[in-house]
Amino acid sequence: MPRVKVRKTYKLFIGGAFPRSESGRTFEVDGHNAALASRKDARDAVKAARAAFGKWSGATAYNRGQILYRTAEMLEARRSEFPAEQVDDAVDRLVWYAGWADKLAQVVGSANPVAAPYFNISSPEPTGVVAIVAPQSFLGLVSVIAPVIVTGNTCVVISSSLESIVFAEVLATSDLPGGVVNILTGHASEVAPWLATHDDVNGLDLTGVDGAELATSLERQAGETLKRVLRPSDPKWTDDPGTGRMTAFLETKTVWHPKGV
Amino acid sequence: MAFEYAPAPESRSIVNIKPSYGLFINGTFVDAKSGFKTVNPATEEVLAEVAEASKADVDNAVKAARAAFPKWTKVGGRERAKYLFRIARIIQERSRELAVLESLDNGKPIRESRDVDVPLVAAHFFYYAGWADKLSYAGFGPNPKPLGVAAQVIPWNFPLLMLAWKIAPALACGNTVVLKPAETTPLTALLFAEICQQAELPAGVVNIVTGAGPTGAALVEHPDVDKVAFTGSTEVGRIIAKAVAGTRKKVTLELGGKAANIIFDDAALDQAVEGIVNGIFFNQGHVCCAGSRLLVQESVYDEVLTRLKRRMSTLRLGDPLDKNTDIGAINSAEQLARIKELSQVGEREGAQAWSPPCELPRNGFWFAPTIFTGVSQAHRIAREEIFGPVLSILTFRTPAEAVEKANNTPYGLSAGVWSEKGSRILAIADQLRAGVVWANTFNKFDPTSPFGGYKESGYGREGGRHGLEAYLATR
Repeated sequence: MPRVKVRKTYKLFIGGAFPRSESGRTFEVDGHNAALASRKDARDAVKAARAAFGKWSGATAYNRGQILYRTAEMLEARRSEFPAEQVDDAVDRLVWYAGWADKLAQVVGSANPVAAPYFNISSPEPTGVVAIVAPQSFLGLVSVIAPVIVTGNTCVVISSSLESIVFAEVLATSDLPGGVVNILTGHASEVAPWLATHDDVNGLDLTGVDGAELATSLERQAGETLKRVLRPSDPKWTDDPGTGRMTAFLETKTVWHPKGV
Repeated sequence: MAFEYAPAPESRSIVNIKPSYGLFINGTFVDAKSGFKTVNPATEEVLAEVAEASKADVDNAVKAARAAFPKWTKVGGRERAKYLFRIARIIQERSRELAVLESLDNGKPIRESRDVDVPLVAAHFFYYAGWADKLSYAGFGPNPKPLGVAAQVIPWNFPLLMLAWKIAPALACGNTVVLKPAETTPLTALLFAEICQQAELPAGVVNIVTGAGPTGAALVEHPDVDKVAFTGSTEVGRIIAKAVAGTRKKVTLELGGKAANIIFDDAALDQAVEGIVNGIFFNQGHVCCAGSRLLVQESVYDEVLTRLKRRMSTLRLGDPLDKNTDIGAINSAEQLARIKELSQVGEREGAQAWSPPCELPRNGFWFAPTIFTGVSQAHRIAREEIFGPVLSILTFRTPAEAVEKANNTPYGLSAGVWSEKGSRILAIADQLRAGVVWANTFNKFDPTSPFGGYKESGYGREGGRHGLEAYLATR
């Protein structure tokens, strides 16, 4: 008799753990049952992301770069579990962003020559908790998460793909602190409004939103708490991503101090 | 004790205020169907009648800006720079006139309009003029493109300075603009329109539409603007953020604040007290980045309070045109009512108010510099932006508590920290969630220094290289 295969249960990824949806619901993706995230799951994920923010944003850029690079190593090791035509680019994308961790502040920061005896320096800082509606493709998923977290943000990702949860297994084995990335499988139309209206979410990446009506409604909801919003787009994910996805969720802090003896 | 000074008023004869002003559209002043009056808040004297732009007027202004846009782009960076340098120079040449007019229309002391506002306005145009032909080196890719027509709505607290923050980078990047000054302070913007004429700036590049909220809404919601830049209240910021949802419009918002000014026990206390006074009483506290929440380490609380009260007793409130005046008039009856209301709420909620003996002029809108002690974090005067000369004082014991309290606000525009210990300054500055941190100083501004908030204080930066991003197609 042939051996019976042990199947995997696909769950959510919140605070570094893999819980089922508190709603007890699932939806079918490619013949598998994936957890169908609810409002409560979204709120739990925001809580986990907020709890992780202080330590992750306060980690050294070198440390964040090391961890991002580690995610690339882990993905490389598990490449067979991902779409063959995208996995090389996804690994390379993680390596590319890993290198940005300790360089971006030098590229987008500045020492400002003010017309008075003051030390004056501007540095980028992460915005906080970012909610991401991920695009369908695996390379797209990696390409929206990496730029958000490499700068010190934490995030809650909504995805309807099974690969997103397999990718969570990569993240969970990369020394990435729990809660930095939280992944909810489900429907953007159901879950995203809870994140767009959540007072403790600072940014909203609408890249993967399907349909102008939902995108406009989410952007309008985000306006109530003045979230930073990245509007939907359909980029060619193999193109050079530029720095725009990182700077969209960065603040600039300028510190003044007098000079004197 | 206060020294007696003889009055030293600046002459207002340098300014020629016209009885009425039209809208500045396509290089000329045009009449509107209706108008409103702008008053001197120090005397309630009517200064002029100003046109109120209707939706149709706004549409004409946007059309003029749209028509001018391709030509202005074609002018090229080098020539655009020279127009901006011209404007900067004319502002310097007419600086006294601008300062007096600003103080008349706004109520701010001439010392501030003359020494802070107008010099910064000229410096801002000078700074961005130099960028106009160097945009390829700004870090936004080779030959970055302008957005198109910018809709700009500015507040009444720094009328001309906010105009400069909006118009200078927009023009340098090759955009054309329609700007709406605040309803209560339109006059320096209209004088700026004359300066544009004097500089022979091509028609339609700068358009000024005066009016109140509905005029601003019509401008922001106009389908043919590519960029919205707003400085003002968080309340209106939310409305704008929602109004632009689903459009192509790029948005920058510079909104309210409730800045913490943190005094550690090792601070140079006399300097810190100067910083506290400058932080909250500069410009009558009509400053979005005002240090309106004072956090004092418990061990020096009594000492700081004593010195602060002594210093406040020497502040001179009165005629904005008097060169000795420290605190001018509140900008409008409406704003005065809000300050009074929140102060009453402060007392009702159990905080104790204190003001130095201070005689208020009979006419005009005035509010004595006020501090509140016994304030808790839950009090409305510790949470809401008062936008007046009212300081809420709280205490803390440890650095961690100071940071916790400082960040306990939905705002994140600015913060202050006072300590003689360098490592502490840097560690605290790192932890404050605010766009500008003034360490051992407060309320300093410079065209090279990016300004803007975290959280509900808005997004985008004005000033410096960072300020270019708001007016370029960067992604």
